[in-house]
Amino acid sequence: MYVTVKGGERAIDNAHALLADKRRGDRDVAELSLAQIDNQLALGVDRVMSEGSLYDRELAALALKQARGDMVEAIFLLRAYRTTLPRFGASAPVETGAMDIRRRISATFKDLPGGQVLGPTFDYTHRLLDHTLTEQSDVPAAATAPTDETAFRSVADLLAGSGLIEGDAEPAGEVGDLTREPLSFPAGRDLRLQNLARGDEGFLLALAYSTQRGFGRNHPFAGEIRYGEVEVEFFAEDAGFTVPLGTVAITECQMVNQFTGTATQAPRFTRGYGIAFGQSERKSMAMALVDRALRARELGEEAGSPAQDEEFVLSHSDNVQATGFVEHLKLPHYVDFQAELGLLRQLQAEFFERGTETPEGSSKETPMQDAAE
Amino acid sequence: MSVTNSHNRDANVADATLPQRRAAMAVLAKATAADIARGLSHVGSDVAFTDARPAEIGLVMLRGRIGGGGAPFNIGETTVTRAAVRLASGETGFGYVLGRDREKARLAALCDALWQIDAKRQPVEDHIIAPLRQQQRERRALARAQTAATRVDFFTLVRGEDER
Repeated sequence: MYVTVKGGERAIDNAHALLADKRRGDRDVAELSLAQIDNQLALGVDRVMSEGSLYDRELAALALKQARGDMVEAIFLLRAYRTTLPRFGASAPVETGAMDIRRRISATFKDLPGGQVLGPTFDYTHRLLDHTLTEQSDVPAAATAPTDETAFRSVADLLAGSGLIEGDAEPAGEVGDLTREPLSFPAGRDLRLQNLARGDEGFLLALAYSTQRGFGRNHPFAGEIRYGEVEVEFFAEDAGFTVPLGTVAITECQMVNQFTGTATQAPRFTRGYGIAFGQSERKSMAMALVDRALRARELGEEAGSPAQDEEFVLSHSDNVQATGFVEHLKLPHYVDFQAELGLLRQLQAEFFERGTETPEGSSKETPMQDAAE
Repeated sequence: MSVTNSHNRDANVADATLPQRRAAMAVLAKATAADIARGLSHVGSDVAFTDARPAEIGLVMLRGRIGGGGAPFNIGETTVTRAAVRLASGETGFGYVLGRDREKARLAALCDALWQIDAKRQPVEDHIIAPLRQQQRERRALARAQTAATRVDFFTLVRGEDER
């Protein structure tokens, strides 16, 4: 039974007004614009879009501003917003092989068709604080170089030709959608990837790290990481043909992992796959490692580690669900707690009654007493 | 069925001009509302039209492929705005664009409708599509040139004694 307790309206209103005041901060400091957030905190925007599972840079920037920089809160706001909109349908699968590349690296082959281009990366920086950014900086335009038209062929393609790596699974039936049907187990790889794509970066990073440290080891190489723009196309029912919608920025990671073979199948490299909105390299790498770990059973590997436990991983990867359940603990539980308190008083009364009859019952300091304080 | 076979369905639209029309739509989808409006002002506003579908904001689920080339799966959604306009002469134009700009979707739909009129196609291509395409090409070329400047040129340091 729920008992409603009313009150606190004025406190709540004033708390929200105080929040707005603190969010704005010192009025002598210029207010952040959404364009500033989009441009200068771009990777934060990318993360909010990925885990908010909604590609819209301006909305993600707004969410970050409203959430005062709290990523999970911003992600929550974006998820809530998407529920207010109708869905027109699903896009044609984006072709990452045809990506307009802004960064592409491989840790397995140095001489790839198209070459290795670093793009805008933190890699090889010294991680020393740059004090020149303290003041307004005058940054020169980036260097340019002649482009060549060599296609950026993927590492998986190159290896596949030689039969040294597993291919892509063929399409099989309807595409699962966990925003429409609750997840059930075992989940297909389509649903696992959807779950991981919107999963918390920190959670996936820790799981991925655990596989490297030995909890479900599968010996990964970063076969390829690519970041750039992909075209989005959508079959428009009213027009009667596929229409172009524009481009979105995507990061894709192909992890190449230790080989497996069967009685009928020669040993070959296996793969893990990661993809995320924007430039989200750590996320897509962690996702690829966890995707591969979750394939343990399919590939006939021993599956006793956390990252290989599908139900554990997929049930706890969503930071909006997780924060909802953890943070709901701070909401009033007065009646629940009163019931527990009543029960505890009764248990204690019984305990002390018995205590007067037994010689060992002399100790009055019990762990239960501590817990109730 | 899903959109996985969408290109096959396009075959139903037996129109030789479809690739060019789609190319124009792709340019419009990447342009701003202000730039499209500027182009439209040169094409002439002598055409009467009504909103066949008032601009509407919604979601499209973005799909990828498992492993990059395999079966489709859902990555996450994107905002999309769509609109349709009908000209007095009967043509219906469609605007489908990423984002939440209603005006842009409506203007794109109007351009698509005008494009279908033989007498208007070339002016639309010349005054709206061509300049936008050029602008987008230049932007892309700059981004690619900046990317190319970060290409790694590997060289090998020879260590130890080579037997020559």
